[in-house]
Amino acid sequence: MSIALEPTVHGDRVSLLRVLGPGHVWALGVGIVLVGEFTGWNFSADKGGALAALIVCWLVGLLYTSVAMIDSEVTSTVAAAGGQYAQAKHIVGPLMAFNVALYLVFAYTMLEVSDAILLGDTIVAKAGVEGLTHNSFIAATIVVLAWLNYRGVLMTLNVNFVITAIAYISIVILFFAVSPWTQGAVLQLNELVTPANALPYGWIGVIAAFQFGIWYYLGIEGTTQAAEEVRSPARSLPYGTMAGMITLLIAAAMTWYVCASLMPWEYLGVTYYPLWDAGKLTGSAFLENLLFIATLLAALASANGCINDAARAWFSLGRDRYLPSWFSAVHPRYRTPYRSILFLLPIALAFAFIADLNQAITFSILSGVLQYTFMSINIIMFRRKWPLNSIRRGYTHPFHPVPAVVLFCLCVVTFFAIFLGFGSQLIAMVTFYFLISLWFHFYRYKFVRRGEQFTMPWPRPQGY
Amino acid sequence: MWMAVSYGSWAISAVLGIWMLYDWFQIDTSFSEEVLTSSREGEIEAVAEKHRV
Repeated sequence: MSIALEPTVHGDRVSLLRVLGPGHVWALGVGIVLVGEFTGWNFSADKGGALAALIVCWLVGLLYTSVAMIDSEVTSTVAAAGGQYAQAKHIVGPLMAFNVALYLVFAYTMLEVSDAILLGDTIVAKAGVEGLTHNSFIAATIVVLAWLNYRGVLMTLNVNFVITAIAYISIVILFFAVSPWTQGAVLQLNELVTPANALPYGWIGVIAAFQFGIWYYLGIEGTTQAAEEVRSPARSLPYGTMAGMITLLIAAAMTWYVCASLMPWEYLGVTYYPLWDAGKLTGSAFLENLLFIATLLAALASANGCINDAARAWFSLGRDRYLPSWFSAVHPRYRTPYRSILFLLPIALAFAFIADLNQAITFSILSGVLQYTFMSINIIMFRRKWPLNSIRRGYTHPFHPVPAVVLFCLCVVTFFAIFLGFGSQLIAMVTFYFLISLWFHFYRYKFVRRGEQFTMPWPRPQGY
Repeated sequence: MWMAVSYGSWAISAVLGIWMLYDWFQIDTSFSEEVLTSSREGEIEAVAEKHRV
C-alpha cells in the first residue's frame, strides 16, 4: 500500500492506521485460537476422559460466547487500542486497567511462546533427525512474525486470514474424509467412548478438565485489540468477533468428534498432536501431510495474532504513561507500535528458550481467566453507569445480566480446576499481580496525566 | 535437508533482527520524540461520536 511506503504524519500527529475490516477481525480472533484445536484441548481428556472433554467443550463454549457478547458490546463503544485495558480504564479505574493490560500482555506473550515451541517441536517430530533441535525454528517463528507485525497491520492480518483459513479448511476436510455419518467405517466412537470409560474420574474429572478445555477458544477476545485500526469499530468488531466464535464452536465440535472416534482417551489426553495423529490414523498420506502443515499454520497464525495484541496492550500502557511514554511511539511509515513490538521480542525469545510448553500454557490460561473474571464485573458496572439509552452502542448483547453471571460462575470453576492442577503457579501469579499493583499505586501512578487518560466523550456516569 | 532448514532459520532470524534494529535506529534519529509519541487514544471517535441517542 502506498500509504505504508512514505512517512505519513498528519499535522503533528502519527497514529495507528485504520485499514482493517470484519474479515481481519475474524482472522485475528480465530487465528489466535485455532491452534487450540490442534493441541491443548485434548489434555482435558487426560483430566476427565473423552466425555469430559466434550462437556467442557460445551460449557467453555458458553463461557466464551458470554465473553464474545460482552466484549462486542463494550468494545463497539470503547474503540481504542488496548481493548479490555481501555474498557477497564473508562469503566472501573486506572488500577484495574493496569492489571488488565498486564493480563493481556502475559496471556498473549505466553501463548506466542507456546505456539513457537509447538511449531518447533512439530517440525522436529516430523523430521526425526538426530541432533536437530527446535531452537532455530522457535527463533525464526518469533523474529519473522515480529518483522511482519513491524511492517504493518494490514499485511499481518491478511497473512493471518489466509493461513487461518487453510488450517480451518483442513479440519473440515478431515471431518468429511472420515465419513462422519457412518460409524464403524473409519470412526469407532461407540467402541472408544463407552459408559464404563466415558468419565473415568467422575464429575470431579469434568471440573478438572476445565483447565485445558479453555484451549478450545482461548484468545477470541483478542479481536478487541484491533479496535483502533478497524475502519468501522462499531460494525466490524461485533461482526468479526461473533463470526469468529461461531466458527470456533463448529471447529471444536468437529475436532472432538473425529479425535474421540479415532483415539482412546488415554492416548488422546497426552498426545501433543491430536489432529495430526487423527490424520495419520486415517491411513491417508494426504490427510497426514495436510494436518501436519495445518498444525504449523495454526501455530503461526496464533503467534502472529499474539504479537499484534501484546504489542498494542503494551503500547496503550505507554500512551497513558502507565509505563514510560517511550513505548507509545508509532512508526511514521508503517504506522505500527514498533518499539513495543521490539521490546516484547527478546522477552518472548527468552521464555521460549527457557520455559517448557506446559508452564507457558498455564501462565497464558491463568492470565486469560483473570481477564474474563474482570469482564463479567466490568459489564455490570458498564450497564449501571451508562444504561442503554445514555450512550450509543454499536451492539447491545441480549439477556443481560445472564451472560455476566454465567461467565463469572464458569470462571470460578476454571480457577478451581487450575488450582487442582497448578496451584503453586496460580498463587505465584496472583501474588505477582498484587505486588505490581502496589508498585503502580504507590510509585508509577504519579507520572500519569490523570485528566488526559479518559478520552471517551461520554456523559457523566449515572450516580456521579 | 532438515539441518539446512535449521541453519536457514537462524540466518533469516539474524537478518530480519538486524534489519529491524537498523530501521529502529534510523526512525529514532530521523523523527523527533514528540512526533513519534504523538498518538492519542480515541481521537477519531471524539470527532465522530456525538453520543446523542
